[in-house]
Amino acid sequence: MSVEGLGTQRAGGLRGFFISRVREIAPLATLFFLVVVFAAASPSFMTADNAANILRQISITAIMATGLTFVLLCGEIDLSFAAVANAAGIVVAFFTTQEAYVNIANVPLPGAFAIVLAILTACGLGLVNAVGLTRIGIPSFIVTLAMMQIAAGISALLVRGQIAYAVPDVVRTLGAGHIFGIPWIVIVAGLFLLVAHLVLTYTRFGRYVYMVGGNREAAEYSGVNVKLILGAVMVISAFCAGISGMLGVAYFGSAQQNEFDAYLLDAIAAVVLGGTSLFGGRGGIPYTIIGLLVLGVLNNGLDHVDIDSFLKILIRGLILLAALIINVYAQRLTAKR
Amino acid sequence: MSDTSAARPAPLAPAEPLLELSGISKSFGGVRALSNVDFTLNRGEVHALVGENGAGKSTLMKIIAGVQSADEGRLVLDGVEAHFRSARDARDHGVGMVHQELSVAPDLSVAENVYLGSQPGSRYGIVDWKAMYRGAATLLERLGLEIDPRERLGDLPVGLQQLVELARVLFSGARVIILDEPTSALSPPEIARLFEVLERLKQEEGRSFVFISHFIEDVLTVADRVTVLRNGEKVATANADAIDKRWIIQKMIGTGHGELENMYTGAVSMGPRPTDAPVLSVEHLTRRPNFEDVSFTVAPGEVLGVYGFMGCGQLELARALFGKIRPSEGDITVDGTVRRFGSTAKAKVAGMAFVPESRGQMLFADQPVFTNMSISVLEDIDKFWLRPNREREIARGHIETLGVRPANELARLGVLSGGNQQKVALGRWMTRLPRVLVMCEPTRGMDVGAKEDVVKIVKGLSAEGVAVVVLSTEPETVLALATRVIVMRKGRIVEEFAGRAIAKDDLLAAA
Repeated sequence: MSVEGLGTQRAGGLRGFFISRVREIAPLATLFFLVVVFAAASPSFMTADNAANILRQISITAIMATGLTFVLLCGEIDLSFAAVANAAGIVVAFFTTQEAYVNIANVPLPGAFAIVLAILTACGLGLVNAVGLTRIGIPSFIVTLAMMQIAAGISALLVRGQIAYAVPDVVRTLGAGHIFGIPWIVIVAGLFLLVAHLVLTYTRFGRYVYMVGGNREAAEYSGVNVKLILGAVMVISAFCAGISGMLGVAYFGSAQQNEFDAYLLDAIAAVVLGGTSLFGGRGGIPYTIIGLLVLGVLNNGLDHVDIDSFLKILIRGLILLAALIINVYAQRLTAKR
Repeated sequence: MSDTSAARPAPLAPAEPLLELSGISKSFGGVRALSNVDFTLNRGEVHALVGENGAGKSTLMKIIAGVQSADEGRLVLDGVEAHFRSARDARDHGVGMVHQELSVAPDLSVAENVYLGSQPGSRYGIVDWKAMYRGAATLLERLGLEIDPRERLGDLPVGLQQLVELARVLFSGARVIILDEPTSALSPPEIARLFEVLERLKQEEGRSFVFISHFIEDVLTVADRVTVLRNGEKVATANADAIDKRWIIQKMIGTGHGELENMYTGAVSMGPRPTDAPVLSVEHLTRRPNFEDVSFTVAPGEVLGVYGFMGCGQLELARALFGKIRPSEGDITVDGTVRRFGSTAKAKVAGMAFVPESRGQMLFADQPVFTNMSISVLEDIDKFWLRPNREREIARGHIETLGVRPANELARLGVLSGGNQQKVALGRWMTRLPRVLVMCEPTRGMDVGAKEDVVKIVKGLSAEGVAVVVLSTEPETVLALATRVIVMRKGRIVEEFAGRAIAKDDLLAAA
């Protein structure tokens, strides 16, 4: 029998409010705490230049995290996006004329073709993930694990241990150029986040993503094409990865094997730190933005304070674990309501 | 004074109370779930607790089992006042419970299930399998069951699995055993065997049972006494042999529900087989081992009832009709076109609509009412951008027609009662009427008022020409809704009732 009060307001006043909002409050509080700590610990942290630095540093992660947010909202996971990003970055370099001393048997094409081929590669790999997940029924965790290896294999075959430097001009501009003093890559990341937010919040597709993540069975019994939605989010994730990989190559100034490996953990951490549920259905781009800022401030701030650089890795790991605990705990609290 | 009394049969031992509850009250967030309820369970007695959903049965049961504690009132067990702090605490005091949803481990053996949590072992934590099999065999024999304790539990029929769970509760030393809807998943022979076991346990071992059930015949067959709850209050307690079904129903639902009373007791006349062109026609539909060679048609405005015991394949049949699972053979024809549903989305486009038996399976508890209603017709409302105002307007319309309470399209769905959730689920399909509506267990777990509302809504839909298929394991539900009934047994259609009056007995006999 239902004996609960109506609406979401529950007894318990302030405490009840905190409990129901732990998903939003925890990341914001973490962000605030980190900013205060680093500002106190280092005078060079709290400067406009450094703020711009942080934004630039999180931009590539942001583009990947945008795609990943769709996947997590559906209650799935993508472990292949960093490898797919790497493959796309290498593909775009492979089809660009390299300096003579780079021994890659590459196939120079006009810049536009190289870009299109890189995007197609990324989306194609995402499509394989999608087919594996929806048609064959391989859990996303496993199918994208395999894809991680496949994408890494494509990268390895194309660059063969070499480093390529040249990319099409458009890619170089967007990845490493500035406009009015603002790095293009920050603008691109902002656009990705904005468009994704609009899609998730104001479109039919976005509604389906949340519904599929919230209760997949119910979505299916409502006549929603669940497999189509799941397939679409896997392709979106790979698409975002492809763009970030191309721009990342320009950003770093080189294309090589294993260039984006660290981004796998970073992007997942950003989305989860932000509070998007690991079980799907709750969260979104604003959450991911907070998560990106937490991660950006953490990575950047640790460089400003004088601690053992090996300890930093451990600290990042501990903060991620704390975020996971809060994430699961928040899920349990909301499930109780 | 001579010794005359010895010649007469010994007088019945005076009823000896084992468990006494007095003045039990319990509220949840200001809502009274139980108010001042008295309940006595005698030694060696089966005491049935009946009432509509929401009458307070489950709350009372949870208080007895230690899952919840009462706000007011006393609980006296064996002459000693007791306060159970948890279900475990209650179990240690000899109060056990067999849940409606079996909590067995199907992949373990029967013996392991009997001993679950208390395996006999030697030192070093090694399980003494021999002792376990021997002990389980003795126990099952005592219950009059011939089950090999080595057998995998999941291979047994549901009825036997339930008895194994009962054996486990007995084995834990329970003197008071709460049985929550024990017969709902059982076939008549299985029910008969359960009752035999209960009889034996109560006669020979003096165990006592609280028997909670919706099935009034079962209650009258097995119970010594019956207590009726309504709206959290005790309405009456009576000896089972002094009352009949009508008495119980009247106490349960109060007066002034003549139509519903019929639903429980009367005969209902079925319409003839329609001659119009069918909207839905199913031919030789097969999906082993769920159902086989199922053929039927449904005409516009008809409500076809599909009745059968749990596990007879009707839930799978319903899912095949909505494209959730695929039949291996046979055809589904909607409006004259043979359809193969690759997905539920395709079935929906073909004009099918579906309401599953469990509301958790089809509703989004976290979401507001209006998105729950619009989800099935979003493509009609919005091409690309969402139009929440339009969605809310449509939802408000449905809320008004269906009488959803609270009448607020922004309310979180999870706070609605079961009946209101069901209305939301139906409202989902009313924006654009489907050709065929398939409903599983449409009134399960609802109170009387909500049941009547759902019946009205479904009849309204069929009056507008929707072909309705209602699949249920509850004869009352089928009789209240259907204009024609087919009966399924073990995946096959075994009987069709059309053009004559039928009662619950007819359905039970056919299934």
